[in-house]
Amino acid sequence: MAEIVRLAGYAAAVWLFLTGLYGVVTSRHLVHMCLSLTVVQSSTYVLLTVIGYRLALPAPVFTDHVQPASATVDPVVQALMLTDIVVEATVVALLLAITVRIHRKSGTADPHEVDLMRG
Amino acid sequence: MQLASLPVVLPLGVAALLAGAGNVLRRRALDVITLATSAAVALVSALLVTASTGKVVVYWFGSWHPVGSSRFPIGICFMVDPIGAGLACLAAVLVLAAFIFSWSYFESIKSLFHTLMLVFLAAMCGLCLTGDLFNLFVWYELMTATAVALCGYKSESPSLQGALNFAVTNTVGAFLSLTGVALLYAFTGSLNMAEAGRTLAANPASREFLSVVFIFLCAGFLVKAAAFPFHFWLADAHAVAPTPVCILFSGVMVELGLYAIARVYWIVFSPIGLPAPAGIRTLFLIVGALTAVLGALYCFGQRHLKRLLAFSTVSHVGLMFLGFALLDPHALAGMAIYVVGHGLVKGGLFVGAGILLHRFRSVDEYDVPRGLMPGVGALMLAAAWGLAGFPPFATAVGAAQMEQVAKLQHREWLSAVAIFADALTAAAVLRFSARVFFKLGRGKPEVLREAPHIHTEVETRGDHYHVPACMWLSMILMLGLAIATGYVMRGHVDRFAAQFESPDAYAAAVLNAHPEISVQRESSYLDAEYSASWWWNRALAFVGMIGLAAIGLYPRTRKRRKTNPLDRALAGIVLHLRTVQTGRVGDYVAWFTLGIAAYGALLLFAR
Amino acid sequence: MKISFRIVIFLAGAVGIAVLFYLARAPLRAATPVSNRYAHEISSRTFSDRNITDAVTAVNFDYRGFDTIGEEFILFVSVLGAIVLLHIAEERKAKLLPDAAARWRDLAASDATRLWILVMLPPKIAFGIYIVAHGQLTPGGGFQGGVILASAALILYIGEQFSYFRDVLSHDALEIAEASGAGAFVLIGMLAWLKGLPYLTNFLPLGKTHELTSGGTIPLISLATGVEVAAGFTLLLYAFLQETLTMRAEE
Repeated sequence: MAEIVRLAGYAAAVWLFLTGLYGVVTSRHLVHMCLSLTVVQSSTYVLLTVIGYRLALPAPVFTDHVQPASATVDPVVQALMLTDIVVEATVVALLLAITVRIHRKSGTADPHEVDLMRG
Repeated sequence: MQLASLPVVLPLGVAALLAGAGNVLRRRALDVITLATSAAVALVSALLVTASTGKVVVYWFGSWHPVGSSRFPIGICFMVDPIGAGLACLAAVLVLAAFIFSWSYFESIKSLFHTLMLVFLAAMCGLCLTGDLFNLFVWYELMTATAVALCGYKSESPSLQGALNFAVTNTVGAFLSLTGVALLYAFTGSLNMAEAGRTLAANPASREFLSVVFIFLCAGFLVKAAAFPFHFWLADAHAVAPTPVCILFSGVMVELGLYAIARVYWIVFSPIGLPAPAGIRTLFLIVGALTAVLGALYCFGQRHLKRLLAFSTVSHVGLMFLGFALLDPHALAGMAIYVVGHGLVKGGLFVGAGILLHRFRSVDEYDVPRGLMPGVGALMLAAAWGLAGFPPFATAVGAAQMEQVAKLQHREWLSAVAIFADALTAAAVLRFSARVFFKLGRGKPEVLREAPHIHTEVETRGDHYHVPACMWLSMILMLGLAIATGYVMRGHVDRFAAQFESPDAYAAAVLNAHPEISVQRESSYLDAEYSASWWWNRALAFVGMIGLAAIGLYPRTRKRRKTNPLDRALAGIVLHLRTVQTGRVGDYVAWFTLGIAAYGALLLFAR
Repeated sequence: MKISFRIVIFLAGAVGIAVLFYLARAPLRAATPVSNRYAHEISSRTFSDRNITDAVTAVNFDYRGFDTIGEEFILFVSVLGAIVLLHIAEERKAKLLPDAAARWRDLAASDATRLWILVMLPPKIAFGIYIVAHGQLTPGGGFQGGVILASAALILYIGEQFSYFRDVLSHDALEIAEASGAGAFVLIGMLAWLKGLPYLTNFLPLGKTHELTSGGTIPLISLATGVEVAAGFTLLLYAFLQETLTMRAEE
């Protein structure tokens, strides 16, 4: 049972990664591209979640019915995910700021027309 | 001894301080504080190099030492060894030189530039010293975010596009690296490098799994190191980044990608011997050779000095990959010396570009007024000499060691690649300097037809008719150090490299707290003087450099309408190559995808 | 390079990467004997080591606190970068913003919306502070609470005009708050040096469990992080709003 859940999650993570990358590659609008990047980043969250999954174990919070020092779902992976989410949010913020500025400067938000760096 | 945490903590603390007090402090105070901080970090790193000679200094953050009878690490550690500390020292020295360059003249919005540079320094030091895989990822991301902010903050159209390309490609690479870390964690249950290596050695995994995890882990670092075909973003970023930032990009940031790959390989994957060393060799020989050759070709076809230098960095990183691919301590030592020498020489060259930008508001080969500033021209020629790997620069020492090992491994073709790359890149710089500073050259070679003509904004203020002493000082300092480090480092680095390639030493130090090591893998090569064949190779490179520069400077002989055949041949190749560098980020990501798949397949099928 | 060529390259690479992912599925099929060690160690030690009940916060701010410093500074640097990228020269700002405010006045939120937001604002802020303060007891902490506080600023903008938003929230104060949050985190780590302990050691008394003061330095670090994240995201909001409004005014 746990194996099915984990493999399904893994497949979802791979699909998210590749679809997000496809979005980045074929995007015609910079905001769409930033959000496709978000999709790529989400794939790592899903992957980390399924890696931390343990069958029939509670969350790593020792209140109410969970005894301290009992077995739980992996807390390390959740902490990694927190870090990952903050990193992603801030990088996307930076990218969106760049997008807004590009639109302001050149009047377009189409990545195909953002090619001053040809050659 | 709290020294090991200082290279990271000190710049971060000072950066937070400067950001908060940015409105209050005057420019002079900002400059002094940042100069002092980077000097302090350089000093501490140098102390760490001496402190970790012959052993591995392990520093556990939060006092979380390994627990239990199996000595399982639950905290984050810094694994300080001479090569890592040495790279951190190089980073600090380059930041110091960058701050000297930008003293008082460089335009900075409040304290933003100073804050970002200090955080960048902290991130680089963190990456050099860390012994934990996720910590590596965090410092990598901090480097990327800071570098993007530094790249784009002038907010002109080219800088925004350069920053965009930089951010997207590096982020995609970073998240594939994180996937690799996650998969490795899923198997070994640990994020500590030494522990992961020990676990893999004790619990064998399948060859396919380890090959895939390795290539995923390396993805982000390959992008950062601008290996082929992940190198497209580097030229875009360099063309627009401010000069002090370019010094750091080419001088040490790109090399850190290679360092991370080497570190991860030796500590995590070499104990189990999977992926097989033969596969690793094949992979990185191909990566290195392609990067070196293509980088050199692109380099020669540029008229924008910063972009030219960026492609030469790509080419030289290819040579460093070749040095790593030999998987030998003597070669690794040579690579380390080469990294130091190249970083300093490249820094000097970028300062030259910065001087041009300050004085003439342009770094384009045909827009800059010619025949002025012969002093700077002479220094640029000296730097080109160093770039080509001629003595007395440290690049010569490093390259000689790498070629020695290549010959012993019967891979003489590596010397041919090195000669090609050295000659072509140095010829490009020579062509530029001769044309601009010494008024040589007539007409425009075919190679430069339709070369990108990117407008670069002026980044300094003040009197543009004189070159401030701080800029001269910065350039002379870096070139002088490039010569001095060759003599200082020679002969000592072999021990450090042998230590770097001994995973048992790290496992013992990190997990069992036995820091003293006895290195088994001593290299059996004598550190001889330069051999006769090496001198022949260098002579060949010299002739190639002069010849190619001459073709670039005087493409038409005797008033013919067409340029000479060699120029046309080169132009044919380069113009076709330039169509691939489209400047569009979608293309870059597509190449990234194909590159990872191809290298993964190579690793799986290579025997 | 034509886009069709780009897609072909990408699809070839994507198929290859999918195959690579398939080949690496082994650890997700079955957990090996060693793959649970880190999780097991942390789960079993958190309560006895630090008297706190939320293992994730313990990992974030204590066991792997050094990662969190890096992450804080990523946030810090990105906010700084975004602010500078969206920086509008003072003269243009002074000219454009009153126009923008005037133009949008008749599109202000309805009275019902404004009332509801006014009613919701204090509970939201209280909830944000609650999440920050209780990070070591229940799921939460500096990051989560900080984001909730930043969203309070967002609904303030939705309810009132941007001019009101600007009057209530001072840009300089937010910048100082953000820098102080980051600096406080670094400083708390340095305080451990005074006792001769490695950086970021949890040296304060651990307090009683289920109380806000349990966990030693963890609640302090959580607070510093909360301040920084709240200030950082509010600054981001401020910068983007300002940019959008002046852009509209120029149309």
